[in-house]
Amino acid sequence: MYAQMVETGVAKVRDAHEMSPDEQAFQARVDADIKIEPKDEMPDAYRRTLIRQIQQHAHSEIVGMLPEGNWITRAPTLKRKAILMAKVQDEAGHGLYLYSAAETLGVSRDQLIADLHAGKVKYSSIFNYPTLSWADIGAIGWLVDGAAIMNQIPLCRCSYGPYARAMIRICKEESFHQRQGFDIMLTLCRGTPAQKAMAQDALNRWWWPSLMMFGPPDAESVHSAQSARWKIKLLSNDELRQRFVDQTVPQADYLGIAMPDPQLKWNETSGHYDIGPIDWDEFHNVLKGNGPCNRDRMRTRVKAWEDGAWVRDAAVAYAEKQARKAA
Amino acid sequence: MNEPSPLFDYVLRFADSDLVLAQRLGEWVGHGPALEEDIALTNVGLDLLGQARLWFAYAGEVEAQSHGRGRSEDELAFLRDGSAFRNLLLSEQPNGNYADTMARQFYFDQWHMLVLGSLSSSRDPRIAEIAAKARKEVAYHIERSADWVIRLGDGTEESHQKMQAALDYLWTYTGEMFAPDNVELALIETGVAADVRALREPWLANIGRVLDVATLALPTVAWMQGSNGRGGKQGVHSEHLGHMLAEMQFLQRAYPGSQW
Amino acid sequence: MIEWPLWEVFIRSQHGLAHKHVGSLHAPDAEMAIKNARDVYTRRNEGVSIWVVRSADVHASAPSERGPLFEPANDKVYRHPTFFPMPEEVKHL
Repeated sequence: MYAQMVETGVAKVRDAHEMSPDEQAFQARVDADIKIEPKDEMPDAYRRTLIRQIQQHAHSEIVGMLPEGNWITRAPTLKRKAILMAKVQDEAGHGLYLYSAAETLGVSRDQLIADLHAGKVKYSSIFNYPTLSWADIGAIGWLVDGAAIMNQIPLCRCSYGPYARAMIRICKEESFHQRQGFDIMLTLCRGTPAQKAMAQDALNRWWWPSLMMFGPPDAESVHSAQSARWKIKLLSNDELRQRFVDQTVPQADYLGIAMPDPQLKWNETSGHYDIGPIDWDEFHNVLKGNGPCNRDRMRTRVKAWEDGAWVRDAAVAYAEKQARKAA
Repeated sequence: MNEPSPLFDYVLRFADSDLVLAQRLGEWVGHGPALEEDIALTNVGLDLLGQARLWFAYAGEVEAQSHGRGRSEDELAFLRDGSAFRNLLLSEQPNGNYADTMARQFYFDQWHMLVLGSLSSSRDPRIAEIAAKARKEVAYHIERSADWVIRLGDGTEESHQKMQAALDYLWTYTGEMFAPDNVELALIETGVAADVRALREPWLANIGRVLDVATLALPTVAWMQGSNGRGGKQGVHSEHLGHMLAEMQFLQRAYPGSQW
Repeated sequence: MIEWPLWEVFIRSQHGLAHKHVGSLHAPDAEMAIKNARDVYTRRNEGVSIWVVRSADVHASAPSERGPLFEPANDKVYRHPTFFPMPEEVKHL
């Protein structure tokens, strides 16, 4: 997901009798669905995990602006251009809301950004794939935003108040993103053969990376169990992935394009679609920095940040001068 | 094909300037100096893009009256070559650094506000209506760009120098905004177009006030590009526009006749 | 490099309603904070008025004081209208 494989710093989930009284009290609050707020007592591991998770999420929004921003200047109609600009702008907003949520935990945004640029924290693997055609903008909205929403809606109920509130705002704003993506795909699929081929090509390239967004299989994840206990992860990777597959396959059928998975099959017994094996080797490599665009994305972000330094400094200098004059 | 009507030509000048500047601002998305600024600048771009679409719609109506069929906004935006574009030279200048972008926006917004004010009382009711709507949005743009000129001008030594250099560099493109050609003169005569000759003085005064606060100097370059009747408004552009259009129009050109 | 300070943003969504906390943002000063709040938090017509406050200037009650601060109100049930049963035939009370 936007936050993948978040470290909890916990080797195994502890039972109540292994916890200190403070930890027990904390867990009891979480279990009772009482939201944790910034100034409340919280275990260090909870705080650190949240900071990691929320900032991964925030970085993903900001880096995620780049593959879509790549097509703003080439959008095929004025209407599409306006919609895409508004959508990418929303993502800047979402990044901002999430950084703010992280800041309530006692870290500064500049520090989080510095950590991203130093390669200390990750962002979602999905944004390390290139947008090669206009159909990719459709595919991102339909698949990537679709997958994101699936994860984000449960997070609106997560245990940390500021994070939950940011997610509520984001989900409200994001409801149009997936639809505009599907609308682009639909228009292409009803268009010329060349356009339909463009849509199929985009689906071929984005389908598997979208499934990887949900993170590794549950069996391989210790951290998920602890995060679930803390209610900062509400549904498991595999559960979300299956829901996503089940909801998306009929949509592809409607579009008249084929999923790039020869093993994809409806399973009467389970009532779900079965899919072929996911290439986890590719996933881990993309996370390690070997995706097609990792280097590009980081270089672009660092450049924007460094190019903006004198502007940010000037604004501070001006504000300080004004404050001195007023004093 | 018949000659386009002067009114069509005149309306396109606004449509094209808005579109071309919006396209430039679109290049900033995701690359701004701070998240808040990225969002704010995109809002200005979205406003201008929206205004361009209103002007294009009207241009299409005008064309339909004189030619039987009027082109759609997308035909006008994506299927004309550079020489048919009527935007101001200023609007097509590259983004440069943030001071360059803000100087371009500052000159443009200050002109835009005055010209839309004048057009709000145009004898052409459609022009008056579009101008009145656009003016509300520009009232915010003008505040923001003036604010940044002041902040950068009176910020650090480095920002001061960059801001002054940007103002100096772009100054030569401000002349054509106030130099009417025959198309404009005829429409000024009938009360349709804004008499830009009368706007130069207030523009200079407004700019001067902001630059004073910003501790910046009014540029002194005398020569004005395109003010001799061979500039953006007449379709004689800088080299930058062709590249912008090549990028902007690519899909419509590569897949002619498709719906998007 | 000094980070732009953090501001808390409050928006009045409609005339007649109170300002409500909507989130935060960074800005070099109050003037810019208001402008940024307009651009960040009212993109979908959410507001008619904005307040901004430096986050550092917000003073909050301590969570550990929750008991002494708020529990005493629990047993003052007579402050609520439902405490007083009214005969059904009596109207407008």
